Amino acid sequence: MSEELHPVRLTVNGVTHRVEVPARRLLSDALRHDVGLTGTHVGCEHGVCGACTVLVDGDPVRSCLMLAVSAADHEITTVEGLAAPDGTLSPVQQAFAECHGLQCGFCTPGFLTTITAGLRENPCPSHEQAREMIAGNLCRCTGYQNIVKAVERAAQIGASDKAAS
Amino acid sequence: MKPAPFGYRRPSTVAEAVRELAADSGAKVLAGGQSLIPLLSMRLAAPSLLVDINEIPGLDAIEVDERGVRIGALARHAAVLADPDVRRVQPLVSLALANVAHATIRNRGTTVGSLVHADAAAEMPVVLLLTGGSVEVQGPSGRRTIAAPDLYVGPLESSLAHDEIAVAAFFPALAPGAGVAFSEIARRHGDYALVGAAALVTGRGQDETVRVGYLSAGDLPTVVDLTGVDETELGDAALAHLDPGDDIHATAAYRAQLVRVLTRRVVRAARAHAEGAER
Ligand SMILES: Cc1cc2nc3c(=O)[nH]c(=O)nc-3n(C[C@H](O)[C@H](O)[C@H](O)COP(=O)(O)OP(=O)(O)OC[C@H]3O[C@@H](n4cnc5c(N)ncnc54)[C@H](O)[C@@H]3O)c2cc1C
Ligand code: FES
Ligand code: FES
Repeated sequence: MSEELHPVRLTVNGVTHRVEVPARRLLSDALRHDVGLTGTHVGCEHGVCGACTVLVDGDPVRSCLMLAVSAADHEITTVEGLAAPDGTLSPVQQAFAECHGLQCGFCTPGFLTTITAGLRENPCPSHEQAREMIAGNLCRCTGYQNIVKAVERAAQIGASDKAAS
Repeated sequence: MKPAPFGYRRPSTVAEAVRELAADSGAKVLAGGQSLIPLLSMRLAAPSLLVDINEIPGLDAIEVDERGVRIGALARHAAVLADPDVRRVQPLVSLALANVAHATIRNRGTTVGSLVHADAAAEMPVVLLLTGGSVEVQGPSGRRTIAAPDLYVGPLESSLAHDEIAVAAFFPALAPGAGVAFSEIARRHGDYALVGAAALVTGRGQDETVRVGYLSAGDLPTVVDLTGVDETELGDAALAHLDPGDDIHATAAYRAQLVRVLTRRVVRAARAHAEGAER
């Protein structure tokens, strides 16, 4: 028995991709294998680690806990969509570079998407709120101290960008 | 691991969704997917068809009046938690929701999905039981309301028929002068609790009633009536009705100790809340 394929239009980082996938294709796998954007990482595949976090209509979501067929007609942003088109790093990416917020980098895409959305909701978090913002993501290199610093630094960069514009 | 193959439908009305469920005995509802998709990926569940209710209009409504809070099947935990009217009318819903998973999970997980998933480790079933809430379901022969005590029949088992969809949950308003509190111990904030407790205190002095609900302290979410029990006896009185288990996260003895500590803590906090609310 061959498996039924569903035509799905996925809008990722503003670009529309037409893919044909079985219903069981996870969004994380569709992004990596069907769309070819391998920035989204897959760790645990059951929602615990956060490496696969992408933004769906602006909100952080586990892409391993969403079916690609369910993502049709929604706007998806992956880590590849965070930098400006000319390659300029976003405030969160810049802060990770400055604060040594990544070691092996496996968890980084999920942290970057989560923090990007978190700072949109709360642009100047307290230290406690910065910790809370990343509490759902696991870093196997345990770089948490520097990741929290990066959240706070990104908030500073965001504030000075706003003041400058 | 990856899910086994299944069919997929995305109906645009509840009636259509019910027809899809009725036509296939191996079908399952897909709401937020935050519990179901891990089960599929680990192949602990292998439905023949998923009926994705996410595009049915109107199901995400949160309606609040002086009688209580009605939460539609597609209202995400995050939306319920952010609603100031919910917090005002039945604060226990918001207090408990803040402990349900991490923000990213709450963006997709639904409160109704959590209620019908019937996990004894989950926060919201206990809150439904303690507040005297109910779930409204729709099946082939129409709608019915299931009161919380009739909803939970076994571990991970609710009394919904296979072809019924939960369309909404209702949490009655907190009575004037009553107080509530919620507390849990988890290894990391946002993880499933080792044990959690919610208290509801109504009336004063001779008229006081004290009820406490527990999660992760047995196979089912459990509410214990502790009215008239002396403060020093609260935990042991509760343990007479509970059956905390052993697993890789905690021993039964440690869970029992958490029951003692949390019971005292939430009863005290609920009394303080009641006094504050009366002022
Ligand atoms: C990492 C992680 C941590 C978590 N931590 C917690 C926690 O601390 N506390 C907690 O309570 N939960 C926790 N959850 C679970 C989360 O709250 C889920 O969202 C919730 O339990 C299920 O809701 P859902 O909408 O995602 O349902 P789904 O996963 O879509 O469905 C779950 C089950 O309910 C059925 N169902 C769902 N909606 C309906 C409906 N309307 N009618 C009929 N049947 C329906 C489905 O068929 C399925 O059997 C966690 C999840 C993850 C991934
Ligand atoms: S891979 Fe999705 S949360 Fe771990
Ligand atoms: S930097 Fe290696 S997992 Fe986080």
